[in-house]
Amino acid sequence: MAEPTTPLHTVSHGRTLPPEETLLSVRGLRKVYHTDGGDIEAVRDLTFDLGKNELTCLVGPSGSGKTTLLKCTAGLLAPTSGEVILDGKTVTGPPKKMAVVFQEYGRSLFPWLRVAANVELPLKHAGVDKAKRTALVEEALHNVGLDHVPQSYPWQLSGGMQQRVAIARAIAYQPEVLLMDEPFAAVDAQTRADLEDLVRKVRKELGISVLFVTHDIDESVYLGERVIMLSNSPTVVQEDLLVDLPEERDQLETRALPRFTELRHHVYEQIQLAKKGFRPDADPAQ
Amino acid sequence: MKRVLSGVAFTVALPIILIVLWWIFSTVSPSFFVPTPPELISTFFDTWFGPRLWNDVLPSIARFAVGVSIAIALGIVVGLLVGLNRDLRSFTEPVFEFFRALPPPVIIPVLLLLFGPSNTTKVVVIVLAAIWPVLLNTIEGVRAADPVQSDTSRSYGITGFARVRYQILPGAAPQILAGIRQALPIGLILMVISEMFGAFAGLGFSIIQFQRRFAIPEMWSGILVLGLLGYTVAVVFRAVERRILRWYYGLKELENG
Repeated sequence: MAEPTTPLHTVSHGRTLPPEETLLSVRGLRKVYHTDGGDIEAVRDLTFDLGKNELTCLVGPSGSGKTTLLKCTAGLLAPTSGEVILDGKTVTGPPKKMAVVFQEYGRSLFPWLRVAANVELPLKHAGVDKAKRTALVEEALHNVGLDHVPQSYPWQLSGGMQQRVAIARAIAYQPEVLLMDEPFAAVDAQTRADLEDLVRKVRKELGISVLFVTHDIDESVYLGERVIMLSNSPTVVQEDLLVDLPEERDQLETRALPRFTELRHHVYEQIQLAKKGFRPDADPAQ
Repeated sequence: MKRVLSGVAFTVALPIILIVLWWIFSTVSPSFFVPTPPELISTFFDTWFGPRLWNDVLPSIARFAVGVSIAIALGIVVGLLVGLNRDLRSFTEPVFEFFRALPPPVIIPVLLLLFGPSNTTKVVVIVLAAIWPVLLNTIEGVRAADPVQSDTSRSYGITGFARVRYQILPGAAPQILAGIRQALPIGLILMVISEMFGAFAGLGFSIIQFQRRFAIPEMWSGILVLGLLGYTVAVVFRAVERRILRWYYGLKELENG
């Protein structure tokens, strides 16, 4: 592979942004699990910012603490040290302005509720009045292309459609940040392409910031405006790359661009390095 | 239509065969201890559709209903509390297992000493026997709550009582209802047995009385009443369960292809 035509915009640590552009900050995040077999340091030191109206992908080798990072960010798991700050406030529990889409759509949706009721439940609990709720549910289902199944049970739908329901539930909640934890890892390739485009469309229309965790390198470059590569465990930021692809992405056109190939190639190399144990924080003496 | 008819025929075939056999045998070789079907039917109506309905049958059913209702409510509430709290669980579980292993009738003499031959004794006996399957199944159902569902609830701020209402209870419903299904016949058994000791009325008491007075057809008719009662309870329960767990049976059907 030849040298990139244009230099890559990359830094070997997480980018931090000026406060007025920042929506979500992760600062010195560290997570150690205490188990019977001793302590396991899953995440060592993560610092990065998610800008307003930005779609950032987090990609890393398997076992690189991606899920741990996401759970800490979502307020579902308390970090051992460091902090997550959303809109200037430290996250201590799941914040109201955040919604999470999990990989296991089949277990994240409640099988005893119909599709519309699943989408409505968080709103109902938040005390949104009935008329507004109905409108939000209808709009969210419309946004994900599921106008026709509100009265089905989720398990009657295909995997891709179930994940659309989960996305509808998340956007109906009107979050500022959407966290997605390998959301398309369990769906087939074609459905996956559709869902990727859906995420970009929804984000653009609703102006939500998205933090998208994936192990799929192509997906991270295609979707993201920025790709943060993680090292192997204990996790640090390996590299932070700006994706300078045109804003309009298209499954065929974009993926055929030379720049896409260059970026993809670069991310791939970095992940391979990470797998081999290369770390930006490695002690040269070792 | 043909299929429906053959389905019905299939369901009633065995009962009809059994009744016909019984009829033949009780006619061919009459026995003092076994009435013929017509005898039993006429005795059934004469015996139970009179003052006995008010004095024995309905009070028995009422004690059964009250006892089982308390067992279900208490079983679910305590089961939720214990199931949601790991410390409480390890604290209580050995004791629960011990009480569950006790044959329930042995507590009747104790309760008779405490409360005398009263309604309280009988209802408490039913509660103490029927609560265990509900309680232990609820604990198990709550404990097995899906961690992804729990994370989902939490990420949408659904915690505490709301989480129990919207996630834990519906998720544990299949297990809880399986517990209730076991509890109903236990309640019925204890309803009868509690009336056989130190009682002066009720279905169980009546059957023992008939047996002691050699009123054999009446004794059998009492057994018929119990059978019908148990069958009705099972049918009603199944209808309720099908309604509550429609999602669950649909899901299972789909999974099993």
